[in-house]
Formats: sequence, C-alpha cells, structure tokens
Amino acid sequence: MRQGQEVSVAGSRPPDEPVLVKIRGLHFSRGDRKIFDGVDIDIPRGRVTAIMGPSGTGKTTLLKLIGGQLAPDRGTIEVDGLNVHALGRRELYRLRMRMGMLFQSGALLTDLDVFENVAYPLREHTRLSESMLRKLVLLKLEAVGLRGARHLKPAELSGGMARRVALARAMALDPMMIMYDEPFTGQDPISMGVLVKLIRQLNDAARLTSILVSHDVAETCAIADLVYVISGGRVIESGPPEQLRESGSEWTRQFMQGLPDGPVPFHYPAPALEADLFGEAA
Amino acid sequence: MTEVLARLGAGWILAVRHLGRSLLLLLRILEGVDELLLRPRLLVEQLFSVGVLTVLIIAVSGLFVGMVLSLQGYYILSQFAAESALGVMVAASLLRELGPVVTALLFAGRAGSALTAEIGLMKATEQLSGLEMMAVDPVRRVLTPRFVAGFIAMPLLAALFSALGVLGGWFVGVGLLGVDDGTWWVQMQARIDWNEDLSNGVIKSLVFGFVCTWIAVFQGYNSVPTSAGVSRATTRTVVHSSLAVLGLDFVLTALMFK
Repeated sequence: MRQGQEVSVAGSRPPDEPVLVKIRGLHFSRGDRKIFDGVDIDIPRGRVTAIMGPSGTGKTTLLKLIGGQLAPDRGTIEVDGLNVHALGRRELYRLRMRMGMLFQSGALLTDLDVFENVAYPLREHTRLSESMLRKLVLLKLEAVGLRGARHLKPAELSGGMARRVALARAMALDPMMIMYDEPFTGQDPISMGVLVKLIRQLNDAARLTSILVSHDVAETCAIADLVYVISGGRVIESGPPEQLRESGSEWTRQFMQGLPDGPVPFHYPAPALEADLFGEAA
Repeated sequence: MTEVLARLGAGWILAVRHLGRSLLLLLRILEGVDELLLRPRLLVEQLFSVGVLTVLIIAVSGLFVGMVLSLQGYYILSQFAAESALGVMVAASLLRELGPVVTALLFAGRAGSALTAEIGLMKATEQLSGLEMMAVDPVRRVLTPRFVAGFIAMPLLAALFSALGVLGGWFVGVGLLGVDDGTWWVQMQARIDWNEDLSNGVIKSLVFGFVCTWIAVFQGYNSVPTSAGVSRATTRTVVHSSLAVLGLDFVLTALMFK
C-alpha cells in the first residue's frame, strides 16, 4: 500500500542463500488493465515461498509468467540463471522439465486414469522400461497417499484427490521447483490439512523449491518460509510470516487478519447513498 | 456513415487477424507431422474418433441420397426415354459433387464440432496449459494428430458415401423401378472417367477435409475458455466449415470442369 513500507527481501537475504527465481522490474498488462507495475521478487532455493494477495491481483498470472506461458511487457524473470523469456521454444521446454506446476483445477487429462496421468510426463520425456515406470509411478502415488486410486478416472476423484494426483504428476520428473496455484481453494478441512502437510513434506524431502500462490492466510503462513504480499500491481510487503503478522502496515494487517474494511474498502467506489436513493446522481 | 465505415474496418481487421493466427497455427500443426511417424498410436486413436465414429451417419446418408437421386433422376430421364443413363447420372452426381460436398457438411457437423468442443474443453479445464508446463507441446500432441486424422478420414468417408449412394441408387433404379441391371453397370463403367469424375472428386474431398479440420482445430484452440465460449466456437466451426465447403466447391468445380 504505502510504498515506503515495502520490505525488500532481496536486500535482507543472506548472501549465502542462492536465489532460484529472480524477478526484476516486471510490468504486465491485460488490455488497459495494469496487472504488474514494477515488481521485484526473489524466490530462494529450497524454501517454500508464498505469493499472497486478494483475488484478481495477478497471482496466477505471475506463475504463468515464471513458467513462460505469458510474456511480460517489461522486466526480466530468471529461473536458475536463465532468462525465461529470452529462451527459444526448445530451451524453454527443457527448463519446464525442471519445473512442476499444480493448477487450481488439477488439469488432469480426463481420458487417462490416475496411473496414466502420473506416467504421462515420464512416457513423454524418458525411455524407461515399463516395469521401472510402473515402480516410479506407484512411488509417486504412494507419496501423495493415492496408490490405491491408480485405476480411477479423474471424474471419479474428489477435488482434493485430483490435486494430489496432479501433485504426484508435477513431481514425476523430479523437478527443482513446484509452483502451486491456489492449492487450498474449495477444499474441505481434511483435504486442506493433507495438502498443507504434503506441500511442506515434499519440499523438504525432495529438496524442492516451492512457490505457493494463495489467499488462504492461515494455511499458507503455516508452511511458508517467506511471504510476498502483492496488491495493485506491486509488492506491498515481504518477509517471514511472523514478521508480516506484526507488520505496521494497515493494508498488510487488514489482509493477514481478514478485516472487512480498511485500506481496501468494503464498498466499491460509488456516489453517496442519499444521492443515489433520491435520484440526484445518474 | 463514419461509424459504419469504422465498424466495417474493425470487422475486416479482426477477420484478417484471425486468418493470420489460423495460418500460423496451421504452420505449427504441420511442423509436428513428422513426430506422428514416431508415435503412430496418436494418429490411430484420432482416426478412430474422427473417422470410424463418423461412418454410421455417412453410410446412412449416402444410401438415402443415392436412393433419392435415383428416384428423381428416373422421373426426369423417363420423360426422354433415357432411363438407361440413370446409373451414369447417379454415379457422376455422387462422385463429382454430392459425395465430397455432403460428406464434408456432415463431417463438419459430426467430427468438426466434436473436435472443437474437445479442444475447447481441454483449454477451459487447463489441460492444454498443463501439457505446456509438462514441457509437452499441445499443438504437436493434441492438434496435429487430430488434423492429420481429419485430412485422411475425409476422402475415405467421401468414397464410402459415394459407393453406398451408388448401391442405394441401384436398389431403387434396378430393384424398384425396373431399369436393366446390365445397362446400369455397363453404362456406368463406360461413361465414368477416371480423371474427370473420380480424381476430381478425390481432390475435392482432400481439400474439404483439410479446410474443415483446420477450421475445427483452430476454433477449439482459439476458443474463449468458458462454457459459452466453447459453445460459440463449436457453432462457428459448423457455420464456417459449411460456408467454406460450399464456396470452395464452386471454385473447384469452375477450375476442374472448364
């Protein structure tokens, strides 16, 4: 909100902690609507970094920009030292093989069963024998607790199960990082608890780097090492969750505590109620 | 007046932009054709979905179109005591025009709309984005096999349509109306020309298959990823394909039968 209150993680990052994703001066618009207006973000390697903000602030767009599915108007995004938007198609696809992404909908291929969905990237990019591929897929499914569901079709899965299958698929090629797009949206408390635990466990066990886009404050703060709060096309504040909870910024406090009114007003801009009711305004 | 001109201009710019995007997509689709040699299963699956599942409607339509053609032809030809030419008339009409054109129209309605809806829904449910993020090119993996399958299936379906049309016509002409069986086949063999009738019909069906499948995959890939967007794209596939087939048929006929 107040630019003066921004806390630069890039500046406070210990020098020995390498950065996996480096975003500098990111500008992106859709039509006349400015989504990002000079965003700088550093995603440290081996950590769970959360990108938080209200709906419609461009969190999913940010993941698509990192994955090279969208191109910025200005600015650079480097992943593991490679400028994503300067890469040719082949190099970009090679980089994507080292990235996993969990879509909000799961994005499972509906005509394949659970086993084949997880096996898909392995079949596409490796020449493993069928028995080795089976073992790998079963291990990935075991990690998300769905080995027994391998014969089910995506239509037979609950929302939480579909996201766990998608997570197993995202891990299939043992990527260096996984991007999670709103993984907790629409989940019942049990599924949410399972996903929260899985994201943290997988990050630590597989030494991944996780980028978690969400507006579920409690769940995200429970597992994130670092949080970026974005709104109005800029990074409002960033730091460890504990630091943000005690932030002096009114905006951050309103978001973290879910207050209905504050710097982000409850009312959409409108003329005075009296003027509207008594016909003085059009 | 200025507003009307501005709207017309905007419409033309949009149309040209769409054409450019569809041409670029076509180039990307064609770039991936060589990969189908390494993964023939992808093509076989789509040949089943696009071709085999369309056989029933093509077969039934071909049979009835041939029967009606024979019936109408007999009433006209009998006025000039030229019933013996009925077989030639039925076969030439089917091979030159009705086979490729009606098959293409039915193909656009059955297979083209299904292709658009399938690709559009894959886009709406983020399956195409999911493939991209798995480092799999959705154009090569999803669009190319469907495009090639449509291109291959269309002439085969048109041949089936014409063959069953001739049989339907024979059943009505010879079986019900009493035209001589031998005359029916001999006249047909003598008068139907390999280049003039058969080859031209095959060329037409290849062109229609190319255009209908191109329109279908482009509309699906370019659809707005919502239920209303997919619905509109499906409708556009049928309308654009039908208009393209009828327009191209006139152009091709004018060029082929000068």
